[in-house]
Amino acid sequence: MSIITALWALGILALVFGAALGYAAIRFKVDADPLVEQIDEILPQTQCGQCGYPGCRPYAEAIANGDDINKCPPGGDTTIKKLADLMGVEAKPLDAAQTPAVKRVAYIREDECIGCTKCIQACPVDAIVGASKQMHTVIVDECTGCDLCVEPCPVDCIDMVPLASSIERWKWDLNAIPVKVLES
Amino acid sequence: MPTLFQQIQAGKVWDFHGGIHPPSRKERTNQKPVALLDIPDRLYIPLRQHIGVAGKVLVKVGDRVLKGQALTQAENAMAVPVHAPTSGTVLAIELHTSTHPSSLAEPTLILAPDGMDEWRPRKPLDPEQVDLYTLLERIQESGISGMGGAGFPTHIKVNVKQPVDYLIINAVECEPYITADDMLMQERASDIIAGIEILVKLLSPKAVLIGIEDDKPIAVASLKAAIGQKDNYFVREVPTKYPSGGEKQLIQLLTNKEVPAGRRPLDIGIVMQNVGTAFAIAQAVLDDIPLIHRVVTVAGETLAQQQNVLALIGTPISDLLNACGFQAEPQQRIIVGGPMMGFAIADWSVPVVKTTNCILAPTENELGAASDEMDCIRCGACADACPASLLPQQLLWYSKAHDQDKLAEYNLSDCIECGACAYVCPSEIPLVHYYRVAKAEIRETQREALKAEQAKARFDARTERLEREKQERLERNQQLAAQRVAQQQASGQTTQSAAAVQQALERTQQQSAQPLDKEQIIAERERKKAEALAYQQQKQQAQTATPAEDTTATTAEDPRKAAIAAALARAKAKKQAEAQPEAVGQPAPAETATADIPEADAKKAAVAAAIARAKAKKLAEAQPEAIEQPAPAETAAPEVDAKKAAVAAAIARAKAKKLADAQPEASEQPAPAETAAPEVDAKKAAVAAAIARAKAKKLAEAQPETSEQPAPVETAAPEVDAKKAAVAAAIARAKAKKLAEQTQMQQIASEPATEATVQAEAVPAEQDAKKAAIAAAIARAKAKKQQNSEPL
Amino acid sequence: MSFKIASSPHQHSQKTTAQLMKLVALAAVPGIAVQAYFFGYGVLIQLLLAISTALLCEAAVLALRAKKVKVKLLDHSALVTALLLAVAIPSYAPWWLVVIGTAFAIIVVKQLYGGLGNNLFNPAMAAYVLLLVSFPLPMTSWLPAAPLQQQSLSPADAVCTIFTNFSCSGYSISQLRQDADGISMATPLDTLKTDLSQGYTTQESMKKPVFGWLSGEGWFWVNLAYLLGGLFLLQQKVIQWRIPVAVLGSLFGFSLIAWLLSPDTNASPLFQLFSGATMLAAFFIATDPVSASTTEKGRLIFGALIGGLVFVIRSYGGYPDAFAFAVMLANMTVPLIDYYTQPRTYGHKSKGER
Repeated sequence: MSIITALWALGILALVFGAALGYAAIRFKVDADPLVEQIDEILPQTQCGQCGYPGCRPYAEAIANGDDINKCPPGGDTTIKKLADLMGVEAKPLDAAQTPAVKRVAYIREDECIGCTKCIQACPVDAIVGASKQMHTVIVDECTGCDLCVEPCPVDCIDMVPLASSIERWKWDLNAIPVKVLES
Repeated sequence: MPTLFQQIQAGKVWDFHGGIHPPSRKERTNQKPVALLDIPDRLYIPLRQHIGVAGKVLVKVGDRVLKGQALTQAENAMAVPVHAPTSGTVLAIELHTSTHPSSLAEPTLILAPDGMDEWRPRKPLDPEQVDLYTLLERIQESGISGMGGAGFPTHIKVNVKQPVDYLIINAVECEPYITADDMLMQERASDIIAGIEILVKLLSPKAVLIGIEDDKPIAVASLKAAIGQKDNYFVREVPTKYPSGGEKQLIQLLTNKEVPAGRRPLDIGIVMQNVGTAFAIAQAVLDDIPLIHRVVTVAGETLAQQQNVLALIGTPISDLLNACGFQAEPQQRIIVGGPMMGFAIADWSVPVVKTTNCILAPTENELGAASDEMDCIRCGACADACPASLLPQQLLWYSKAHDQDKLAEYNLSDCIECGACAYVCPSEIPLVHYYRVAKAEIRETQREALKAEQAKARFDARTERLEREKQERLERNQQLAAQRVAQQQASGQTTQSAAAVQQALERTQQQSAQPLDKEQIIAERERKKAEALAYQQQKQQAQTATPAEDTTATTAEDPRKAAIAAALARAKAKKQAEAQPEAVGQPAPAETATADIPEADAKKAAVAAAIARAKAKKLAEAQPEAIEQPAPAETAAPEVDAKKAAVAAAIARAKAKKLADAQPEASEQPAPAETAAPEVDAKKAAVAAAIARAKAKKLAEAQPETSEQPAPVETAAPEVDAKKAAVAAAIARAKAKKLAEQTQMQQIASEPATEATVQAEAVPAEQDAKKAAIAAAIARAKAKKQQNSEPL
Repeated sequence: MSFKIASSPHQHSQKTTAQLMKLVALAAVPGIAVQAYFFGYGVLIQLLLAISTALLCEAAVLALRAKKVKVKLLDHSALVTALLLAVAIPSYAPWWLVVIGTAFAIIVVKQLYGGLGNNLFNPAMAAYVLLLVSFPLPMTSWLPAAPLQQQSLSPADAVCTIFTNFSCSGYSISQLRQDADGISMATPLDTLKTDLSQGYTTQESMKKPVFGWLSGEGWFWVNLAYLLGGLFLLQQKVIQWRIPVAVLGSLFGFSLIAWLLSPDTNASPLFQLFSGATMLAAFFIATDPVSASTTEKGRLIFGALIGGLVFVIRSYGGYPDAFAFAVMLANMTVPLIDYYTQPRTYGHKSKGER
């Protein structure tokens, strides 16, 4: 008899707590950003495809599905660190051999350009302007430095050049100031 | 409890947190009068010497400029011009090392003074007589930007909409060594007060507070004397403590208010101007002397004479130092600005600019710099010295760790980089340098984030566009297929059926357009396409209905048709003429029977033909819309009859020409009849032909898809006999092409897909779309740029 | 000729860590002198032992860590640590005690935490606690002040006692501590604590010879000397006033309340201030910049916490003096204190108003 009472009691308790937990789960549901969105936020959006995916978002989806976090050369170590924090995994060194330390942008040697539009088609962010048979040029402010236009150019007239330093962007690198020697 | 204003009136001065007391060493220079220097050999005038953008250069290399002449022109509000500090010749406008810690090169105008120091005409203003706008304009045109440090354009700072409670004149000059403002006040106090009065007129404040450190008794006395009995002018002596001359610190000292983080002093009803700026304003308004010189303290124990000098803007620092008897020591430091916030320069050819208040050339003993950096011992001396109540050691820690979130949490952005923390740090850590690097990194990160956002938007837009274009192509192909079917069905019927087809097409288009989320434009475009197609069909039918009747086109009812036919005929003729030059000499092939050329009078025939052609041309010119059709007409026409007719016409013309050649006296008739342009002289005609050909070639180059047409034109020319005919034809065709070009241009300008093209023209249509997309991209980029520049 | 590039500010106060540490050492000299006068030359020997051990250990570890040995040794921080530990342990304690303590302070507490600036705990106090817990007897075997000593001890006696546990004339430490009646004398604080626990009133206990004017015989003067040194440090702006004032203030405040409530079972506030290590701790130990709080408010809290803990442990704890424990406990709270006492930055609302 006492066993049945105990069973009843336990059963009712289980029901009550189950109901409470279920209610709490619905009532206090936290709408976190979908993981993919968060990852996409961290990625540098160069859309360069160096990770092997066609753009940043596909890579973000791949990471969410368990791909490595170290395939983004433009993002560099900072991005990997942030991704590691987000995903709760160990930060790994960058997959690619070298990271360009300085920011670079594409530059079209305009007198060599034949106006083939191939680079325009390659540019993931529409940062190259020009028309067929017309000279093309790069909108420096929009170029993400992804290198994707370099390969398609049939006359190799695209270079990746370091972004020109300016007073606004100067980072107080005093050691880089050339010391001028004057004869006294 | 007295109100704030009562407290201020009573002479109360508050205090700010922290601060330090470095040796001031002002006594070395504050007793000597401001020295005047010889005009240097070269002046290096940076085009931008303030915060904002450079103006547009008004002079060119080789120009002679007069003293005070504007060298640049402000094109927007954030620009202020620079002026020629003396008369001379513009030697170059090129990159020159800037007076900036980075030593990066900036566009600089190099002036070779001629020693005459000749003024441009000057127009002094009476501040009582002119309106505020004129005053503001004068301040901007005189190139005045804040002379205390940052160089913010003054006309913006004093052009306020909000009410101003206090105008604070910053005469504190708290940095050691510097006495430029001190000397200015000692020597030119009345001018300074005049400048302040102009500022008062512009701002109408409740009171003017002049903050000055108590180590400048002479300056205080002369200012007080200059003020006299003016109401609500208060000279307030603040205790000598660095950095009481900081904007925020002085506001706190004089009004006990704090500028809320991220806001401007104006938001709490305060405008602050440097005493040097007030002087510059007085000079600009009252004497029309733009900002072309300033007082600079030249100090340091490597100099024989430490003194203040009145230096022309653009004077190389080497000149200033040498004029003061500079003897360099090894590892010499040359500092522009004071020892606390100035920057060392690597190249002493950099010029004095509007914000340069001091040049220091100290010995190593005199100004002991921090030696090797040691570990932080957390002594907190930095926090005690910080005027912004920051925690510098925490900031150092997070700067080293590049932890930007934490840096923001500890308010790095409120650091004014005064250097008090680094001055007191027993571990000799260059704290300010760490903060500057961290700030630059944060700015870069923000830029990157913004750029990434933009890149993402652009990428998305591009992806969407590609998708849309693909969809469009698909649709177009489907529709063309449908049209071909409809065309086949309608070909044997009347124009009514064509109209029916058109309607049918429209319906299908609407049906296909609606379910898709395409815009109205596409539907519109398709409708136009269908219209054009229907029109083409109509034309074709009309042509095919009357091919055999009048091949010479002289009697054609439809002028359009005639024009086309004539054009065709001419083109063919030329082709043939080219192919068989010998045939021209033999005017009797059998086909000529169909032609109505009277054998007897060749002349008349020629004239008639010419007139006919001229008419046709006129028509063609008058109705450019007809030109759209030549391409399809050409391709549609290659029928046996037409060819024959063309051959006949060609022969007729050839004959006519021969006759004309043979009888020079008759030549005046055909020539004017043809196009009125080619006169009697065959040479001129040749020239015209050459021009026509050149034009044709250009067109051919620009539009390779049309190159098959001009090709015969080119080769048609080298015909001896039929020269004139060729010329005429060439001109005619050139005109036709021009028209074609024009129409095409129109098409480009309008919605890219409105052209009624046949399949062959699909490629250019795509290109047009691209162009439009590019234009849109650029527009977007510009819009974004603007957006960017605002929050930063 | 070329120009040297540097970042602003281009001048420096020229007050370096090394100078600060030297000043601290200098300020301790009067206290050490008075201590040596009252408690024998042993103090100086301990000092020598501690300093040489500290410098050796520091040099060794710096060399192992591949740091610039000379530069870092010359910051004199090891010297100050050694000094503080040496004056804190009984003057005739065996030599190995101070050597172990100093080595522990330098190697474990300081260098293993990352060297100067990175140690969580005050090295001298951590070492003191280690010694007190591990070797309670020698660590509490203070001789009575000189006027009460039965034998006057020469420098040679000091050397013998420290290195052999027996004076040259053969007395052991415990014998040296005995008074004329053969009863071993404890420190005033210890005596008071024992007496109170045995039911004596404060007044009764204070009649014993170890107590002098105001506080313990000799101890008063030692504390006074350290107070002077501390004032010198304040005047030189080597330390800020907040920590010492908070330490002394809270100790005074708590003991005043307790004394007013129950004068029979509690020592007077002034007795508290001038007994044991109070002044040394307030001006020289609690103000150690590395392990103390760095914000203005934080320093007050930090100091008050130490004073309060000292009072509690002295009155109710198991040990007669408590500065080592109090400082270490307060050290642990420093990150928390610092975090919650961030000053309001100019132009910002205070944290609570956010």
